[in-house]
Amino acid sequence: MSAPALDVQGVSVAYGGGRLALRNATLTLQPGRICGLVGMNGAGKSTLFKTIMGFLPPLRGQVQVFGQPVRQAQKAGMIAYVPQTEDVDWDFPVSVRDVVTMGRQGRMGLLRRPSAADREAVQAALARVTMTDFAERQIGELSGGQRKRAFLARALAQDARLLLLDEPFGGVDVGTSEDITGLLRDLARGGRSVLVSTHDLGALETFCDDVALIEGRTVLTAGPTAQTLTAENLALTFGGRSPLHHPARTPARPTEVR
Amino acid sequence: MDALLTALLAPLGYDFMLRALLVSSLVGAVCAVLSCFITLKGWSLMGDAISHAVLPGVVLAYLMNLPFVVGAFASGLISVSAIGFIQSRSRVKEDTVIGVVFTALFSLGLVMISRVSSDVHLSHILFGDVLGISQDELWQTVIAGAAALAAILILRRDLLLYVFDPTHARSIGLNTGFLYAALLVILALTIVSALQTVGVILVVAMLITPGATAYLLTDRFSRMMGLAVATGVLSSLLGTYASYFLDGATGACIVLTQSVLFGLAFLFAPKHGQLARRRQQRLEREAELQG
Repeated sequence: MSAPALDVQGVSVAYGGGRLALRNATLTLQPGRICGLVGMNGAGKSTLFKTIMGFLPPLRGQVQVFGQPVRQAQKAGMIAYVPQTEDVDWDFPVSVRDVVTMGRQGRMGLLRRPSAADREAVQAALARVTMTDFAERQIGELSGGQRKRAFLARALAQDARLLLLDEPFGGVDVGTSEDITGLLRDLARGGRSVLVSTHDLGALETFCDDVALIEGRTVLTAGPTAQTLTAENLALTFGGRSPLHHPARTPARPTEVR
Repeated sequence: MDALLTALLAPLGYDFMLRALLVSSLVGAVCAVLSCFITLKGWSLMGDAISHAVLPGVVLAYLMNLPFVVGAFASGLISVSAIGFIQSRSRVKEDTVIGVVFTALFSLGLVMISRVSSDVHLSHILFGDVLGISQDELWQTVIAGAAALAAILILRRDLLLYVFDPTHARSIGLNTGFLYAALLVILALTIVSALQTVGVILVVAMLITPGATAYLLTDRFSRMMGLAVATGVLSSLLGTYASYFLDGATGACIVLTQSVLFGLAFLFAPKHGQLARRRQQRLEREAELQG
């Protein structure tokens, strides 16, 4: 059997102060599948992404991407990462097209001049997120949803085999949200693997093959969506405070009034 | 009329003037290219720090009879390492550490000068002396400047990506540690090349003002570089030329010209200038009142 797209084995990480930010987390993602990462704010979703990317060094455990150490996979351009919020200067003198072109930069030659193939990939990525008309705008001139689309296009242009998307649905309108879901399905159909964190429990079943539930700074359970997304598991994940009960199943019982 | 023209053209008749114009415009161009990265990265203070911190190296190089660029460059790198070392091992904030380190090294340089031979002209190191540049110093300047320029142009796109979005740079496999170090080394090299022209104290202006002026004029990085180089070279030529009539202080004349250009951009830049912004705000208000 070929190596999994993503293999997180028993990983623990700590922040500077020594407090554990992730505790013995294990997660496997097979190629061509979409895994939804669900959990409350502060449960450790973004931390898991940063750990996978190697921004937080693990104390224990290891992360492999297609059977390789993460750094090696990054150098091969295999991993595209879209953080929850882009920590960039929005007044920076770059256009949307410039930003999307940066997705291709790892594979350009010594002087990093974009080739015709690079330009085509950028054009296609812009079209895929319907941002072609905004390609020449300075990035600060975009609305919130357009900014999300621009940075998604950068990840698409990278043409990576594994995509890590941290809350791509945060702060976008329904139309954009549906566009992104369709985009992820297309990617998976094309053999790409996607790990995506979200708050939207209702939509999980419609586009995720797998679900991983995060609670208390670890992966509580993970597996195919239908088996994993049970009322019981959701109650464990959200501590009985699930904001959105699962429509197909019995909702978790409301907690008693004390 | 003829007399005026003759007077105006007089400086161009001197070898030392032609040499000064050549050196200062080369330095102006190199500094301007780098200034685009430094201003966007927010490293103005770092530039100021390294330029002051080269002083003890320059004095030592003089004492040991080495080329001044060698001493200055070594001294600059030591200051950067010291800043990094202290910052990573203490709770003191970065700008404070930078301030402490560069004033310490600068003071050390001043004490060293006062203790050694009076042959080291303090004012030439502090304020530059491009009109009196020797053949030897000219070559040192040209080599340091050319090396810095070549490095920036080769690494241009990776440096830009690193400055804009280091997280993404790392994600796609770029070596961000290397790019950080490269930018610092290029900064030190550029400062060294500009020492003879504007001196230790004013180098920082060359490293930020052209970039700041260009940033007000455009929203595209490649155009920003072009505009920065244009203002940098123009300032160097005008400043050096003016200093002939003012009898000295060439570095200050160059920097003053840069400042005037910045002031003009601040007021009159087509989109980000004060007048344009006011007009834009007025139009928006009126549009809101109407509809």
